Amino acid sequence: MSISVGYYPGCSGSGTSVEYDKSTRAVCKKLGIELNDIDDWSCCGSTPAHTVNHTLSAALSARNLVLAAKQGQEEVVTPCPSCLANLRTASRKIEDETYRPKVEALLDESCEKAATVASTLQLIVEKVGMDAIKKAVVKPLKDLNVACYYGCIMNRPPELMQFDDSENPMAMDNIMEACGATVLPFPLKVECCGAAGGMPRKDLVTELSGRLLDVAASLNTEIIVTACPLCQMNLDLRQGQVNRANGTSYDIPVVYFTQLLGLALGLSAEEVGLSKLVVDPTPRLRFAGVL
Amino acid sequence: MRIGVFVCHCGSNIAATVDCPAVAEQAKKLQDVVFTTDTMYTCSEPGQNEIIEAIKEHKLDGVVVASCSPRMHEATFRRALERAGLNRYMLEMANIREHVSWIGKNKERNTVKAFELVSIAVAKLRNDQPLYANKFDVTKRVLVIGGGVAGIQAALDCADAGYQVVMVEREQSIGGKMAKIDKTFPTVDCSSCILGPKMVDVSQHENITLYAMSEVEKIEGYVGNFDVQVRKKATYVNWDNCTGCGACMEKCPSKKNVDKFNEGISTCTSINIPFPQAIPKKAAINPEGCLMLQKGKCGVCAKICPTKCIDFEQKDEIVTEKVGAVIAATGYDMFDHSVYKQYGAGQYPDVITSLQYERLMNASGPTGGHIKRPSDGKEPKKVVFVQCVGSRDPAVGRPYCSGFCCMYTAKQAILTKDHIPDSDSYVFYMDIRSPGKGYDEFTRRAQEQYGVQYLRGRVSMIYPKGDRYIVRGSDTLAGTQVEVEADLVVLAVGAESAKNAPALAEKMRISYDSYGFFMEAHPKLKPVETNTAGVYLAGSCLGPRDIPTSVGQGSAAAAKVMTLFSKDKLESDPQVSRVNTSRCVGCMKCAATCPFGAIKEVTDRAGNVKAEVIETVCQGCGICTVTCPQGAIQLQHFTDNQILAEVNALCQAQVDF
Ligand code: SF4
Ligand code: SF4
Repeated sequence: MSISVGYYPGCSGSGTSVEYDKSTRAVCKKLGIELNDIDDWSCCGSTPAHTVNHTLSAALSARNLVLAAKQGQEEVVTPCPSCLANLRTASRKIEDETYRPKVEALLDESCEKAATVASTLQLIVEKVGMDAIKKAVVKPLKDLNVACYYGCIMNRPPELMQFDDSENPMAMDNIMEACGATVLPFPLKVECCGAAGGMPRKDLVTELSGRLLDVAASLNTEIIVTACPLCQMNLDLRQGQVNRANGTSYDIPVVYFTQLLGLALGLSAEEVGLSKLVVDPTPRLRFAGVL
Repeated sequence: MRIGVFVCHCGSNIAATVDCPAVAEQAKKLQDVVFTTDTMYTCSEPGQNEIIEAIKEHKLDGVVVASCSPRMHEATFRRALERAGLNRYMLEMANIREHVSWIGKNKERNTVKAFELVSIAVAKLRNDQPLYANKFDVTKRVLVIGGGVAGIQAALDCADAGYQVVMVEREQSIGGKMAKIDKTFPTVDCSSCILGPKMVDVSQHENITLYAMSEVEKIEGYVGNFDVQVRKKATYVNWDNCTGCGACMEKCPSKKNVDKFNEGISTCTSINIPFPQAIPKKAAINPEGCLMLQKGKCGVCAKICPTKCIDFEQKDEIVTEKVGAVIAATGYDMFDHSVYKQYGAGQYPDVITSLQYERLMNASGPTGGHIKRPSDGKEPKKVVFVQCVGSRDPAVGRPYCSGFCCMYTAKQAILTKDHIPDSDSYVFYMDIRSPGKGYDEFTRRAQEQYGVQYLRGRVSMIYPKGDRYIVRGSDTLAGTQVEVEADLVVLAVGAESAKNAPALAEKMRISYDSYGFFMEAHPKLKPVETNTAGVYLAGSCLGPRDIPTSVGQGSAAAAKVMTLFSKDKLESDPQVSRVNTSRCVGCMKCAATCPFGAIKEVTDRAGNVKAEVIETVCQGCGICTVTCPQGAIQLQHFTDNQILAEVNALCQAQVDF
């Protein structure tokens, strides 16, 4: 199989979640997907841009899609659901012929030709498929109880994301199952972790992320699997803060699905960036025989 | 020919955007028109009298009424013509309301268009011929499809009036949803105690033939003379001999069948009688679960049956019945709650539907009327009810209100307290809709006397915590989020149309709405009639209905049938196709295209093949007339000449006002 698409790592991929970026690249390579970085890509505008000015936000994202098209890419994938939401919103706006001129005025160029965009999760599910993953697994994740946590924006709003069920998504569940893991039915899989509230309202994050950890713990979850840099950060980096605020003492590793998938495909701990995580997953992974 | 034109104002409905007097004035110039006028309400008594007087005074041969849709008042005006001694088909209507005043605001252009429609009508009328109806016999038997409470009422009323009734029920027993319910609102009387005797009456009434486990396969014919084919599904039990003793059920070794009557919260044997009061009380084998039918071994029931009525070889059987009228009372289905993934419906054992809860409360249900959690059999102390699951939610394609859930939820909350006095109940609702007699008092009683906590807001999600459930929703009155920890969650699922309703509608040639509910002929004035003569409706097949309304409609449909049967002969509609035999070359292309099979082949005296229209079967659709290469077959009242005259009139130079 040879799949070739444009790749948009996003700012978090080169900063707070380098391990997501790293493991995504490694996994795609293993699965025969060629990721072509967009030359000179820029920030999608993240949360601040669209809270200030919708046209500006659309322009920041559209620029990347236009660049990709110039580079000959029809489709761009990104690991980050927040980037995805921005890029998708932008591509929808520039499809609207009455809106497009506003964006073009800011960018000083035509947006007629722009790449489409999807998440790397969607790409793996739809273009590679579970059968191929099952075949490629060399180190099954057996004896590992995982809970897949999608966060609130990976599949929402459904009309925009057009992927998986917006209330009960199964993409990561299926991938983990294909890797041989025991997937727990995690009822809060699309609940909010507090998102960017961590800066102005830490109490919100400790309450919302705390609830996620409570339910995960009650299910005997050994590892939480995520697909969003912000979710991962709130649950992993802030797990200590959450524990202190709620008087709990969880230490549940929170990894990216690409990290576990990578291990199952035979990549090393180093190749998927396990050492970047705050709550150390290695004891459990070693116990389960994955490492 | 002498023609009169009557332009109706319809109050301000038409007059506000059409210059009616100008149209009437202008119409004077049309050929053969000798009298015109404009009237406030032509359909009113003075309006009709004006027509009658004008016919007499001006010796009119035909009348044009420019007013509303002919669907509304064509029959009214035809009767007026008849009273004045004219043939009823010497009437033409110009629809200047739905086709003009209601859809355009420009008075000048509306007036021009209204006049054009009037001139078309005049041109057609000039070519109209008096038509005369034939009379035909009525078979005074009625088919009732569906044995729920609406169908039962309709059947009993018709049977008591002395007419033969054929009742066809899909399930093994009649009784419908009402038979599954424990108590009814707002009187809290025992559902099966008020329905049971009626069910027995159906089975014992000498005028009622009951086919249970049967479906209507085909309906052919026309009002007064329908031929119905009923498929009696194989039960593998000879029902003539089965006494309903239940010996077979005790001994059947296969016990893991989904109990449909108990809404899947319990299991039953492969040979089963669904409930103690079942009518007919006969056993039937579920072929999917039966070891004998699946694997060829067992046959225990056959050995045990004292009347030897087990028949593993039984096949479906088709029976044919002749009836003169049809009442459809096919009811509804419950919304499939598993669509709400966020409620874990179908996934969490203690998140159940309202109808399942009804079975848990019912003394003849699987728990003997003790409310127990399906997961561990414990008595729940905190029960949360979630209303509007599959109602008023465009996101799941159900924007309509199911109407009865507010009431049954209040009833279930009250009964919960009666069953478990130390329990607490919570109800998440959007609005309380309780407009029936004694209904609002009832929901208040739940809140004020029974202390049921009503929280106004939708539930966003339900998830397990330990062996309980967290129900999270909003309280829009308090403006906060709320979480209630529950032992049992009951989803008040809404109603949707019965699964195969559209297919049945097509068999009956009636219309249905985008949700699959059958359409009444007029929502206000013909609530139990359809646009197909002789086919009537009752109960929830029209849309969600509560018991009193269903019973009322059952009686109403029966009354319509009795009105129909009060005549010995019916008049056929003369607006049917007719073959000009001298032109017909017998190619029979018309017969091949007629969707109703209304054209048969005959030979004339010289032995030539000719087409002939069966008047009572022809629906007047006109498809044959455009098929015939000879122009030999013509739809009466819509002949080629009449249509061409209309087109010619429309092509005349425009008149300025
Ligand atoms: S044992 Fe025979 S007679 Fe008795 S219920 Fe069963 S089938 Fe009917
Ligand atoms: S299509 Fe016309 S010509 Fe042919 S059989 Fe029918 S009526 Fe006669």
